[in-house]
Amino acid sequence: MSKEYTFDKDDLKKIEEIKSRYPEVTPAVMPVLWLAQDKFGHVEPAVQKLVADTLGLPQAHVQGVASFYTQYYKKEKGKFVLDVCTSFSCQICGGYEILDHLENKLGIKAGETTEDGMFSIQSVECLGACGYAPMLQVTNDKYVNNLTTEKVDSLIENLKQGKMPEFESIPMPQHETES
Amino acid sequence: MNIDWKNYKPILIPAIKDLHKIDVYEKNGGYKALKKVLSGKSKMTPEEVVNEVKDANIRGRGGAGFNAGLKWSFMPKPDGGPRYLACNGDESEPGTFKDRKIFEYNPHSFIEGAIIAAYAMQIQTIYVYIRGEYRDFIDMMDVAISDAYKKGYLGKDILKSGFSVDMYTHMGAGAYICGEESSLMNSLEGKRGYPRVKPPFPAQKGLWGRPTTINNIETLANVPLVINNGAKWFKGIGAETHPGPVLYGISGHVNRPGVYEYPTGMLLTDLINEVAGGVPGGKKVKAVVPGGSSTPPLRGDSLDGVRMDADSLREAGSMMGTAGICVVDETVDMVDFTWRISGFYHHESCGQCTPCRDGTGWLEKTLDKIRRGDGEMRDIDLLYEICTKMEGRTICALADAAAWPVRYALDRFREDFEARCKKTVYALA
Ligand SMILES: Cc1cc2nc3c(=O)[nH]c(=O)nc-3n(C[C@H](O)[C@H](O)[C@H](O)COP(=O)(O)O)c2cc1C
Ligand code: SF4
Ligand code: FES
Repeated sequence: MSKEYTFDKDDLKKIEEIKSRYPEVTPAVMPVLWLAQDKFGHVEPAVQKLVADTLGLPQAHVQGVASFYTQYYKKEKGKFVLDVCTSFSCQICGGYEILDHLENKLGIKAGETTEDGMFSIQSVECLGACGYAPMLQVTNDKYVNNLTTEKVDSLIENLKQGKMPEFESIPMPQHETES
Repeated sequence: MNIDWKNYKPILIPAIKDLHKIDVYEKNGGYKALKKVLSGKSKMTPEEVVNEVKDANIRGRGGAGFNAGLKWSFMPKPDGGPRYLACNGDESEPGTFKDRKIFEYNPHSFIEGAIIAAYAMQIQTIYVYIRGEYRDFIDMMDVAISDAYKKGYLGKDILKSGFSVDMYTHMGAGAYICGEESSLMNSLEGKRGYPRVKPPFPAQKGLWGRPTTINNIETLANVPLVINNGAKWFKGIGAETHPGPVLYGISGHVNRPGVYEYPTGMLLTDLINEVAGGVPGGKKVKAVVPGGSSTPPLRGDSLDGVRMDADSLREAGSMMGTAGICVVDETVDMVDFTWRISGFYHHESCGQCTPCRDGTGWLEKTLDKIRRGDGEMRDIDLLYEICTKMEGRTICALADAAAWPVRYALDRFREDFEARCKKTVYALA
């Protein structure tokens, strides 16, 4: 059974604004897929159809775009998606240990979702935080840096209570010694 | 060459509180370069700006190290139709985490540089492509851009000069390949991020078939420095053939990882041992990847005298890349390390070219076999052969970027690979 998805008036206004940034309509696909995913939590085929119909583009094109980019969730994931970086800097600084710890703690493997639908874990490529390894990102949003198993434990506790981590500003070391 | 780095004060991202706010940026000389170019007695023609930047020899900070002004000069004469500047903030090469510092701490230096670039090339629209994971940094950029509009630095008739330009952010969605300039253009056009065959080059046929220039964020952030202080001054910083300040992202096994701003031409050993505080536990450096995952790893015992500039690194057998330095200590097995790099490229290959799509997979698979203890000596030869079949045979440079780390890891750390391979003995028939 597939759900009905619709954009409301505010969404449509936002979509018009997005379209105005480009000389044609096709480039709006990525930002509108993002808008849809922020609203519905994923862009499963029915959402892709909504995006295609709204922009007047073939559904096949939207599907082609959605499937190319890893951050678009083509099917529903857990409420919190934990993307653990295991690329080389994180690899040598304990990224896989963090991944193991999470897998054991939540009783699922990377790529899976807990039964209660709360958490998904993914092993991902470099997130551009290599100096703050190991690290993870929560549902395409906040980064949690310089992870330890204790830090992971408290993150999970907080998320269970619906508390998202905050943006962490990491100054350049040269700036810290200044001022 | 002697670089007085201990007395160096950052100029690209100076240590000024709240510099990301437009008022603070202006109070500290911000948008002065734009004013100099667009108004008053100092007014420069687009050609004069291109020449000054060309003379300064800002070498692209996105990886390829190409002279920015020279690239700008490839744009054809305006024909009245649209022209585009695409700013590359995809920052997805493992080991690279420096453009985000500009987004967070000095976004207006980049915006100002991009506006000047647009003027120099007579471009009316600027897109800032930022990787989708950098949501917070995109929000910061959107604020900075909207402030620049409010102050009249963006939009119509900027500083009453008659020059108009718009700027928009475009959010990626998780694809390393979109950092490659032609893939970035397809992504901006709302398509799958497949690299395009070159020629035609972007200056001839770029976004929507129109003349386009692609520059890295850090490259453009250097432009106001050049305009304010002149090409000669800029060329006096750091390495002669690769001048200017650089954001070095240092990660891996060092005591103080992070992004540091110093001149080009720094000794790698100074960056590792002094700036980043050396290796934890006093362990030995086994390998250093000097400029992001695609640059060949150097041996820790071959770093003497190696400097962070294109010439010195070429001589040492590697490349400057993005100046994202990953330090690897003696406890790491290079088979595991190289396997993980191969896994990255396998995952990120767009799949258009057979040597890349299949080659990256075979590299990863073969390295995994060795890693698990099932490899044989001939698998080392197989790895070399796969590299040879990938290099220089594809639409974009991802295949080369995937092959080099493997080839050079085999050359330089062969003992690690042999130690994990079975010493198979074949009976002579
Ligand atoms: C596979 C691949 C990935 C790339 N990723 C990036 C990137 O993330 N950011 C970037 O600025 N340049 C990247 N580049 C380089 C761009 O193609 C292009 O050369 C650069 O953005 C030009 O800007 P610059 O001359 O100012 O460095 C990549 C190149 C390749 C082949
Ligand atoms: S080299 Fe690889 S990433 Fe580049 S176009 Fe070919 S298949 Fe795609
Ligand atoms: S390697 Fe993990 S963030 Fe770059």
